[in-house]
Amino acid sequence: MRFFGKTKIDFIGKRRIAFAISLVVILAGIVSLVINKGPKYSIDFTGGVAMELDLTPVKEGAQIIKVQDIRDALTNAGIQDAEIQEIKGAEGKRFILIKTQVVGGMKDKTSTKVIDVIKKQFPDNVDPDTLIRLQEEVGPKIGEELKGKAILAIFWALLGIILYIWWRFEFTFGLAAVAALFHDILITIGIFSFLGIEISLSIVAALLTIVGYSLNDTIVVFDRIREDLKIYRKESYGSVINHSINETLSRTIITSLTTFVVVLSLYLFGGTVIHDFAFAILVGVIVGTYSSIFVASPLMVEHFNKREKKMGTRGKKK
Amino acid sequence: MRNKKIRGLIILGVLLVTAYYFLPMVVPNLPSFWTTKRLKLGLDLQGGSQIQLEVDFTNSELSEKEREDAIKTAYEIIRNRIDQFGVAEPLIQRVANTNRIIIQLPGLKDPGRAKDLIGKTAMLEFKFVASSEQMQETYKTMDKFLQENIQNYEILQEFSDINDTEEVVDILGIEEDAEDASYDNAMIFTDLTTSEEGMPLQIEYKYLATLKELLKDPQFLQNVPTGLQIALGKEDKNDPYSARDIYILHKRAEITGDALDNAITRIGQGYTAKDKGPYIMLEFKKTGAKKFKNITGQNIGERLAIMLDDIVFIAPTIESRIPDGQARITGNFTIEECHDMVIVLNAGSLPAPVNIIEERTVGPTLGSDSIKAGILAALIGMVVVILFMMIYYGLSGLFADIAVIVNVTFIIAVMTMLEGTLTMPGIAGMILTIGMAVDANVIIFERIREYLAAGKTVRSAVDSGFSRAMVTILDANITTLITALVLYQFGTGPIKGFAVTLSIGIVGSMFASIVLVKAIFDGLVTNSAKDKLSI
Repeated sequence: MRFFGKTKIDFIGKRRIAFAISLVVILAGIVSLVINKGPKYSIDFTGGVAMELDLTPVKEGAQIIKVQDIRDALTNAGIQDAEIQEIKGAEGKRFILIKTQVVGGMKDKTSTKVIDVIKKQFPDNVDPDTLIRLQEEVGPKIGEELKGKAILAIFWALLGIILYIWWRFEFTFGLAAVAALFHDILITIGIFSFLGIEISLSIVAALLTIVGYSLNDTIVVFDRIREDLKIYRKESYGSVINHSINETLSRTIITSLTTFVVVLSLYLFGGTVIHDFAFAILVGVIVGTYSSIFVASPLMVEHFNKREKKMGTRGKKK
Repeated sequence: MRNKKIRGLIILGVLLVTAYYFLPMVVPNLPSFWTTKRLKLGLDLQGGSQIQLEVDFTNSELSEKEREDAIKTAYEIIRNRIDQFGVAEPLIQRVANTNRIIIQLPGLKDPGRAKDLIGKTAMLEFKFVASSEQMQETYKTMDKFLQENIQNYEILQEFSDINDTEEVVDILGIEEDAEDASYDNAMIFTDLTTSEEGMPLQIEYKYLATLKELLKDPQFLQNVPTGLQIALGKEDKNDPYSARDIYILHKRAEITGDALDNAITRIGQGYTAKDKGPYIMLEFKKTGAKKFKNITGQNIGERLAIMLDDIVFIAPTIESRIPDGQARITGNFTIEECHDMVIVLNAGSLPAPVNIIEERTVGPTLGSDSIKAGILAALIGMVVVILFMMIYYGLSGLFADIAVIVNVTFIIAVMTMLEGTLTMPGIAGMILTIGMAVDANVIIFERIREYLAAGKTVRSAVDSGFSRAMVTILDANITTLITALVLYQFGTGPIKGFAVTLSIGIVGSMFASIVLVKAIFDGLVTNSAKDKLSI
């Protein structure tokens, strides 16, 4: 079976349209970021308290607790501005997510305070063995450190990649690949900002995974370009690169499809903990596939064309 | 031909090792030597708490060495407290080159209590060991209490039907009392606190948790004879599973840690028999010295237990009156033992506060939800990919599927071999590699299809397809590996887990799709005169 025979789609000729689309999407993301005053960071980076509690009624006749009830109880106990929402859990369960700032320093143990308030106010809905599903309390210092580490990680990953591609191909290939990576990351962060999803430690891990994945795709095409440039010496750069993209198209689509399918499975069935992570990678697979076809390789055409103008006709180089 | 033989051997070796470490996951009741290494579950899957502490030096003017000592002291205090807490397999770790300590408490449902315990100020106390009459009385009382209330203590059921305890009685030197028949038939507390070798006042590791429960039970504690206290001795650092000492002490503390000025390790010069090897030197403050002089003077020959947070570290015998506030504790100590003890002795005066700077707890219900969801997602993803490859590439797709399955078992086997920890992001990494593992084969198969379309024979299409695709696969995978390694470097716990499974998966998938699948193709293409290939 096969989806594609030999394709002859004119990717290169239409590259300006693709560039325009990318630009619009990236700009939309940036606008969203500006409106929302930067990305929404999770407590991993800002410090704070996040807890998921099981408040399913345990006693006969126990009331179903409303979000407002919890807010009132917490406010009375001096924990203001908590972000409280319901999480879709298993059938008949009531899981509540509470996020708040650290009140009065880590020594006072805000999370313990919240637990105490809940236990006291809603005894009919608390089974002490299962109450806490998730409880995270991060001091502001740790948050700052993790932010620094995350930025460093992205920096080192990109540097390592540029160097490797420089060594294996040419410096420009490395630059084009990294440009495509920035494209992917910007779009993903933009989409996250648009949907109001928090950037947490695991989302940074997802971003780096996207980097690795998108690059994988890009390199397969680059590799073909390198090979084809040697074979079709008489043709123009645009036509050779277009040829390479078409030749590898079937592989690009199929690998993206299998990866997409497993990540979709992770997103749909993998549970709440991994949900945002899977979503980020899902976005990344689509954007990464798009960028290796429509961004990275066409960028190489731009570069080669410029060089040709300077150095004369193709075939004479080197 | 010789190369092929070597390749065959390598494949066989990898498959055997993989099978060896993977089998315990799926086959129950394997011989014990086979199951010594196992894959641990991370706290996010089994539930539990991770707490990060920092020794705070911001307002102190301590020297480098004093800081180092303060961190060690904090570490020792915390280890001691966690020990009392009764969590199975806790992990307490100093973060290298920092003033931080990470504690992992698997299975903990409510971290509040643990945090309270960690946040407490350390309590160093000196208490007298009870006389043998008092000990016997304690044993009698506790045995009687437990027998009468056995229905309240499910944890003790296994002791209730043991009657034959003659031997133990002799060792303890308790005269059997003919009139006291009820005492005669069940000595639950005595049994519990006698080691397998018959040593009294020792608790086997397997009953340790039970005793810890009892020592927290208010009803049990109420029945301990007035003025006395039952306490646990310290854990043997080198052998945490060995039997531990139990002490029966006077409840009243004679002196507390604040009377102590300093404790140091000294090494004897060997002029006298007693002055040999390392010992511990205690220096009391002025008021403490006076008190100590009286206590030692009046109690020569008694044992004075030194305890930190209710755990007895050592119980030396008072040999003489100590007039000048300078006591020495001798024994057959190693230098290391002395150092550990000195840390404990100085714990009463922790020079810098310890703060909790991070806490992450996953409840057992969320943990088990995550495992179930992770396995479900992995299985569904895997089945879809396997079916797709079979439909799209026919027989060749089936070979790629073998590679996928080998790769997944390979990841689990290597993780087991390295005694790694499986986390939820780790499962995600594994699922991701399922999708990416077929990539190498997709690249190869697409090449082979191209060559076949160009009119090459099956044999040469397969050979050129593999050799040409190899370069691409290496380039593509090495860059992914770079990002995985960076992730490992920067990541904390769970993200490290993701990086590890991803890296192992990349290596495994390259092996499976290049070496293994090529071998299968070679076998197929050479051994049959086929001029058609299902691809």
